[in-house]
Amino acid sequence: MAKSSPTKKAWRSLTWLGVIIVGLIALNGAGVLSGGGSWTPKLALDLEGGTQIILAPKLESGQTVSNEQLNQAVSIIRQRIDSAGVSESEINTQGGQNIVVSIPGTPDDATLNRIESSAKLEFRPVLVASAPTEASVGADGATDAATDAATAPETDAAADPAAETPAVAPTDASDLNNITPDLQAQFDSFQCSDIDTSNVAPADQPLITCESDGSIKYILGPVEVSGENISDATNGQVTTQSGATTGEWAVNIVFDRTGTKSFADVTTRLSGLEGAQNQFAIVLDGSVISAPRTLAVITDGKPQITGSFDQETSKALADQLKFGALPISFTVQSQDTISATLGSTQLQSGLIAGLIGLILVVLYSLVQYRLLGLVTVASLIVAGVITYLLITLLSWREGYRLSLAGVAGLIVAIGITADSFIVYFERVRDELRDGRGLVSSVESGWRRAIRTIIASDTVNFLAAAVLFILAVGNVRGFALTLGLTTLVDLLVVAMFTHPMLQLLARTKFFGEGHKLSGLDPRALGAVYRGRARFQPSAEVASRKPASSSKEAAKRQTIAERKAAELVGSGSSKSTDGKDS
Amino acid sequence: MASFNQFGNDLHTGKLSYNIVGRRKLWYTVAAVMILIAILGPVLRGGFTFGIEFTGGSEFVLSEISTEDQDAAATAVTGVVPEAVPKVSVVGSDSIRVQTDQLSDTESREVRAALASAYSVDAAQVTSSFIGPSWGQDITGSAIRALLTFLVLAGAVMALYFRTWKMAAAAMVALLHDLVITAGFYGITGFEITPAAVIGFLTILGYSLYDTVVVFDKIRENTSEDGPESRRTFADSVNLAVNQTLVRSINTSIVAVLPVASILVIGAFVLGAGTLQDISLALLIGMIVGTYSTIFIAAPLYAQLRENEPEIRKRDKKALALRAKATGTSSVAGTDATRADVPA
Repeated sequence: MAKSSPTKKAWRSLTWLGVIIVGLIALNGAGVLSGGGSWTPKLALDLEGGTQIILAPKLESGQTVSNEQLNQAVSIIRQRIDSAGVSESEINTQGGQNIVVSIPGTPDDATLNRIESSAKLEFRPVLVASAPTEASVGADGATDAATDAATAPETDAAADPAAETPAVAPTDASDLNNITPDLQAQFDSFQCSDIDTSNVAPADQPLITCESDGSIKYILGPVEVSGENISDATNGQVTTQSGATTGEWAVNIVFDRTGTKSFADVTTRLSGLEGAQNQFAIVLDGSVISAPRTLAVITDGKPQITGSFDQETSKALADQLKFGALPISFTVQSQDTISATLGSTQLQSGLIAGLIGLILVVLYSLVQYRLLGLVTVASLIVAGVITYLLITLLSWREGYRLSLAGVAGLIVAIGITADSFIVYFERVRDELRDGRGLVSSVESGWRRAIRTIIASDTVNFLAAAVLFILAVGNVRGFALTLGLTTLVDLLVVAMFTHPMLQLLARTKFFGEGHKLSGLDPRALGAVYRGRARFQPSAEVASRKPASSSKEAAKRQTIAERKAAELVGSGSSKSTDGKDS
Repeated sequence: MASFNQFGNDLHTGKLSYNIVGRRKLWYTVAAVMILIAILGPVLRGGFTFGIEFTGGSEFVLSEISTEDQDAAATAVTGVVPEAVPKVSVVGSDSIRVQTDQLSDTESREVRAALASAYSVDAAQVTSSFIGPSWGQDITGSAIRALLTFLVLAGAVMALYFRTWKMAAAAMVALLHDLVITAGFYGITGFEITPAAVIGFLTILGYSLYDTVVVFDKIRENTSEDGPESRRTFADSVNLAVNQTLVRSINTSIVAVLPVASILVIGAFVLGAGTLQDISLALLIGMIVGTYSTIFIAAPLYAQLRENEPEIRKRDKKALALRAKATGTSSVAGTDATRADVPA
């Protein structure tokens, strides 16, 4: 048979599908070779176990943690972990005081820092900047005094009110009158190793601290803008005015209305000042991550923080800022490996159940659709292979981990994927019932089926996308699986099932409607009318064969016509009218 | 399966037709009764049972043990509290962590003693504490927000695709019906609602709408193709579409239910309560109810919503008149017609 255009198209689709699969395999292979990937997906906490980290709050004596604070901290920590990937961690409180974080795998220092650091961000004006004093080893008294000074300058106020009270009341945060003689003394003896990150000075007090690498020490004014006014934060590379990237990583902040206004006010004031006072310190958990000069007034509320960031640390800080600071500081109390909560029998049983389910589906398809059922089976296998590869890739690139619920979700997807084939096959059969040849039945059945499939898959995909973007925790993992299987379903039905049927329709076995093909027009109620041509029924034999695409769009009316003709053959005039 | 083929053929031509849309009052009554049971049942039973992921519970940690046999811990706990579903894991190299539902003080003491004797350690090596929920308010809150957003968006997408909000409304009512009944099933049987069950509910949400869209697409096709000369009323067209997609609905629900049922059987009878049972039970009920509600609630409701539009009324009148003129009797697609000779 000469290659007609549908045949060519069919082969092209199948080739592209092959290319996609080979591409996925190659990509995954590259991942394995580069060391990060694997041929099997990583498993989640419930199936593989992981690490249990117990976080204890850093409390002063007499201080207690409220339930509200704990829950808020749990919620923030969960968002921070979620933003690092889809790993289905388990976070809960323990004994009304600790927070237990269970995450799959072994966390590195970066992950631990992401979880435990409180990420309290403050913008303070610089009052004084100088080189740090040498650490005086052994001078215990001095060190202690310095620590107290850094952490709680206000407590000294009671002890020595004269020294603490400024000679002239400061007019604004940049006013050097903020520096009392007492503060100056503390500053002089302050050492950068003394910074206590958990206990930053109150927002309305000056702060003595250092650059995070200990290279410069500062006296900073009271807080001008704080992290609470951040509405969004992202990371990205710094670009020059011409748009070229400099390779330096930065955190881009977007302030809310209050933040934007205060930030504009501060930059206006600072840009008019000279020397150190022109600098603006960005303080994270008590140390200065950078203190840029204020070159221009920033009125749009979108400052950029640069410092010694790489891609990972800038992403971590952006996430921390976005989700807010922890209400209390925590410290890692213990870190232990933890075994799977479900054990290997559960996964095994799940897989066996899936296999049994799959075999039942195969049997049912064969009974229902005869050899056409094999197309279903082959399509399911192709869908399975692509899904497996995608999940393996996701677990490498995005940190996705397969939980037992995820496995169940994938098994359930068998049914939803098979539905596309059923919708399609039923449409083709409907066409055959109306007396169309198989080749054109496949084409017009497809045109109708794909509309339905796209519409219904859109709903499913929408569910997945919304849940993935808005939900947290386990729900996100589920949403990812659902979205993935929906996309794979569309891909397979369009690039495998339909082309296969196009090709099979041209074989003798299916084309002539063999009894076992599942597309036997006789069994479907059409009447044999010569070699591979059928007509719907005796009543419409005189009608011209339905073949134009306009006719295809009216297929439904054929069924109706038949019904109409049964009722009154005398009324053929009115039914004819519908043909035009 | 020639007979099933024949069944499909007859449904397609209208030779065989179930009057589903016409008997809507019956279906509404059935749905109302089921929903009532689904709401009253759990209330009478005393509400839903939530898993420890939602409520928090008790945690026991055994330290410095010599064996890492996890089953012994489970047996020890169920020996004291038979209905508990303990989660056992090994922590570090020589500790075992057991999490259970919230226990009373007496139960706690007994469980501690049982665990200590099961691992032949001193009772002092078993610590117990209260753990908070791992599925906290924040997850529930965000999931509900996501759900509402999805419903609004899905409603909008369906209204745009089908060019009528009435289809979206009918689909949403059917979806609500499915969720209430599935949730009610959990409440009545007393199965624990765990995160896995919630994920099952969310899957149903997608599945129910998905199924409705497939059938509605056929309805859209049928009703939009009815010309001015059609002898079918609007309700007849809807009914025909439901009948024509009946084979698809049956095949799809069987194919979808088979894997779920096999997970449920293995999960419940081989392994006992756990994630597999939780998720597959919600899915099994939801899928069956979801397919049912598309046919028996969404489609009749849609026909009812549209019936009173002036344009459709006018057309229905005309269709009925045409039909009466042609036959003298009044039925075509609505009942099993008089046709005898469909070639087999």
